[in-house]
Amino acid sequence: MQAVLEAMAERVRAAARSAQALRPRGGGSKDFYGNEPAGEPLDTRAYAGIVSYEPSELVVTARCGTSLAELERTLAEKGQMLPFEPPHFGAAATLGGCVAAGLSGPRRASAGAVRDFVLGTRLLDGRGRVLAFGGEVMKNVAGYDVSRLLTGSLGTLGVILEASLKVLPRPPAETTLRLEAPQDKALEWMNQWAARPLPISATCYLRGELSVRLSGAEAAVRAAREKLGGEEVAGAEEFWAAVREHAHPYFAAEAPLWRLSLPSTAAPLGLPGEELIEWGGALRWLAGAGAARTLREAAQRAGGHATLFRARDKSPGAFAPLTPVQLKLHRELKAVFDPARIFSPGRMYPEL
Amino acid sequence: MGEAVPAARIDASRQAEVVRRLREFLPERAVLFEDEDTRPYECDGLTAYRRAPMVVALPETDEQVRRVLQTCSALGVPVVPRGAGTGLSGGALPLADGVLLSMAKFMRTLRVDPVARLAVVQPGVRNAAISDLVAPFGLYYAPDPSSQIACSIGGNVAENSGGVHCLKYGLTVHNVMRVRGYTIDGEPVDFGSEALDAPGYDLLALAVGSEGLLAVTTEVTVKLLPKPQSARVVMASFDDVETAGQAVAAVIAAGIVPAGLEMMDKPATQAAEEFVRAGYDLDAAAILLCESDGTPEEVEEEIARVKQVLSQAGAARMTVSRDEAERLRFWSGRKAAFPAVGRISPDYYCMDGTIPRRRLGEVLTFIGEMEKKYGLRCPNVFHAGDGNLHPLILYDANEPDQLHRTEQFAREVLEKCVEVGGTITGEHGVGVEKIDQMCTQFGREELETFHAVKRAFDPAGLLNPGKAVPTLARCAEYRGMHVHGGQLPFPELPRF
Repeated sequence: MQAVLEAMAERVRAAARSAQALRPRGGGSKDFYGNEPAGEPLDTRAYAGIVSYEPSELVVTARCGTSLAELERTLAEKGQMLPFEPPHFGAAATLGGCVAAGLSGPRRASAGAVRDFVLGTRLLDGRGRVLAFGGEVMKNVAGYDVSRLLTGSLGTLGVILEASLKVLPRPPAETTLRLEAPQDKALEWMNQWAARPLPISATCYLRGELSVRLSGAEAAVRAAREKLGGEEVAGAEEFWAAVREHAHPYFAAEAPLWRLSLPSTAAPLGLPGEELIEWGGALRWLAGAGAARTLREAAQRAGGHATLFRARDKSPGAFAPLTPVQLKLHRELKAVFDPARIFSPGRMYPEL
Repeated sequence: MGEAVPAARIDASRQAEVVRRLREFLPERAVLFEDEDTRPYECDGLTAYRRAPMVVALPETDEQVRRVLQTCSALGVPVVPRGAGTGLSGGALPLADGVLLSMAKFMRTLRVDPVARLAVVQPGVRNAAISDLVAPFGLYYAPDPSSQIACSIGGNVAENSGGVHCLKYGLTVHNVMRVRGYTIDGEPVDFGSEALDAPGYDLLALAVGSEGLLAVTTEVTVKLLPKPQSARVVMASFDDVETAGQAVAAVIAAGIVPAGLEMMDKPATQAAEEFVRAGYDLDAAAILLCESDGTPEEVEEEIARVKQVLSQAGAARMTVSRDEAERLRFWSGRKAAFPAVGRISPDYYCMDGTIPRRRLGEVLTFIGEMEKKYGLRCPNVFHAGDGNLHPLILYDANEPDQLHRTEQFAREVLEKCVEVGGTITGEHGVGVEKIDQMCTQFGREELETFHAVKRAFDPAGLLNPGKAVPTLARCAEYRGMHVHGGQLPFPELPRF
C-alpha cells in the first residue's frame, strides 16, 4: 500500500509543479454530482482495504478505495452499520467517494449525517503531503476539526486517503407503516412526531402517501406502531433502498432533479414539478424544469438552499451561491490545502 | 499543564488609547481597565493561570461586537473572547496587551420553535437554562457538561463540549445547527443553517471547537430533542478494574448503546460516597453506571440485556435504580466526583484524555505506576462509553515541588493517551493548558496546516492568539526537552 500511496503523492506533486488539474475519483458512481468534473482522474481504487475494525469500539478505519458495499457487509457481519445510510449510486461506490460527497440517506434526520460520524481522516494535500486529523476516538477536541471540513468537500481540498468512522449496532426490530395524507398534513405529522420520543428512522412522502420506518427495540417499535396507525408495508427494505439509491420510479423523470434542503417545518413551496419528501420534511426532491433563480430564491426564503442534483444542463451552477464573506473563506481554505489549485477545480464553485 | 504564565506589564498609553476608542461607541461601564475591575477576568476555570487583561469590553449588541472587533483590528490589538469563564484549559486567559471580550451580556433567548425543535439563543445563555426553558414542550438540549448550570452555550461552541451522554447523543458539534458571529474584521458570518446542511464546505464543523480563534459567536441555533419518557440506571460492582473495562466492551459488543456509561475506581467512589452518600459499593475495585433511556418498554428490555451482559462479564453485584429519586442518587456521586475529591485533597488537577476503550486496563495500570513514581494519588473517573478519561491528580500547591510533579505526571499520562491511539483532550480543549502536548499529538505539517486555517479567518492573528495551536518553535523546544533519545515513542504510529 505504501507504494500505491507514494505513486499517488508523486502524481500530485508533479501536477502541482505543472499546474495540471486532477480529480480524485473512486468508482465514479458520483461523477454526476456537482459541476462538470475537470482534470485528469486520479484513481483511488488501488488504495483500498479496511485498516482496523474493532466492533466493541464502534469504530472502523478504511482506505479511500475500499468498496462501500464491502465495508457495509463487513459491518453487517458484526451486526453493525454506517448510521447515516449512505447512497451508493452504483455498485462501484467507494468509501472515499462517500466521505468526499458527504451525502447521507434516509436515516439522516434521526441518526445524523456523514460528517457526524467522521472521527478522523488522512489527507493527501495539494503539496503531496500526508496529513492526519482527528483520530479513532469519539471525543477529541485537539486541533481544528479538519476531518469534518473535508467531508463533503468533493475532492477539492485533496485526496481523502483514509477515514475513521463511528458505527452503530443495527436496530433489532424494524417495520414500515404507510399513511395517506395531503402534503401539508404529512409535513405537520412528521414534525409533530419528531418532537415525541418515537423510534422513527426514515420518512418518505410521495403522491399522497407517507411512509414511516420505525427502528429500535422490539417493544419500542411495537408501541410506536400502535400510536401512529396506518398500514404495515411488506417489502419495505427494497422500498427504502430504492429511495436511497434513486432507483425508485420517481427518480426516472426526464426533468432536472433538484435537491432542496429546508427547515423541516417549511410550508410547501408550490413550485412546478413533482416533489418527493424525506428527512421529516427537511429534504425535498423536486423534478421540475422551473427557472433556477426562482427555485433558489424560494429555497432561500424558506431558510434553506437548492442544489441542482441531476441535470443535463448544470450551467446555473450545481450549488447555491455563497455570501461574499463565505466565498472569501472558501477561497482562503482552498489555498491552505491546495495552493496550486489542482484538485477538482470548479466541481463545487467556479472560484475554487 | 505548561509552564506558568510569564508576568507581563500593561502599556498605559496603549491602554488609554484603546479605552478612548472603545468608549466612542460603548458606555463607560462597558469598558473596564482599573485593576479592581479587570481582576475578575484574570482567569477562567483553570485558575492556576492568571493574567490581567489590558482592557475588558462588555458589549451588549451585535453592532457593538462588530465595532469592538473593527476597532481592535484597526489598532492591531488582540482580542480574547470569553463566555461564562468556566473553561478548564485556559482558553479565556487574557493578554496583557489585549482586549478581553466578555459575551456575558448576551443573555437573551431569541426564539424557541417547539415544532421545528430548535432554539435560537445568544452565546451567554447557560447550557442548563436551554433545557429548563424548553422542558414545557417535552424537549431538551442534549449535551450536558458537568458545569452545565454555569457554562454558556457560546463557550460550549468554542470548546465542542461533551458530557455524560455523548455516546448516544453526541457532542456540541452534533447538536448545533447554526452559529452566527463576526470575523476579526467585523464581517458578519453564518456557519450552518436551520436546514440539515448548508452549501459549500462545512464551516460549522470548523467553527465548533475552534476555541475562539476563528470568529466571535453572537448567536447559536441549537437542536432540541424529545425528552426520553423514562430512564433507569444499573450500578454494577467489579472486583478489579480490568474486568470492569472488559465489561464496558462487552456491553457495546452486545449491540447496546447506553445513554450513559460511566466508571469510577475505588478511590473515586470512596471520596464521592463520603461526600454525597450515593449508595456506592465501597468494597468494589470499580463500579460502572450504565443508563438506559427511552420508552418504558424499551428501557425494561435494555436493562434486562445490560444486566445479563454485565453478569456474564463478571459483575460481582448489581443494583437497578427503582425510581427517579434513586437514579438521581446514583448519578449524584458521579456528578459530584470533582468536588468530592476536592474535599480530600488541598488541590487537584483534572486531566481529560481519550483512549480507545480496549486500552483502558493498560492505561490505568500506567497511571498506577505514575502514582508511585511521583508520590501522588490519582483517583479516576471515566466516561467509559466514549473512552474519555478524567484522572484527578491530588496535590498540595503549598508544597513547592508538588505542582511541578503533578505537571510531569499529567504530561506522561497525556503522552500515554496519544501512544495508545487516543488524544490529549476529549472535551476540555487545548487552550494554554495542553498547548505543549499538541506537539506530541500532531506533526509539524499538521500544525502548519492549523496555523494556515487560522490565517484563512484571521490573517493578522489577532483573535485569541497563542492558544490551541503551538508555534513550531515552541514545539521544537518542547520536543528537545522531552523526547527521549531523539525519538518519539512508536514513531511508526500515525500521530492522530
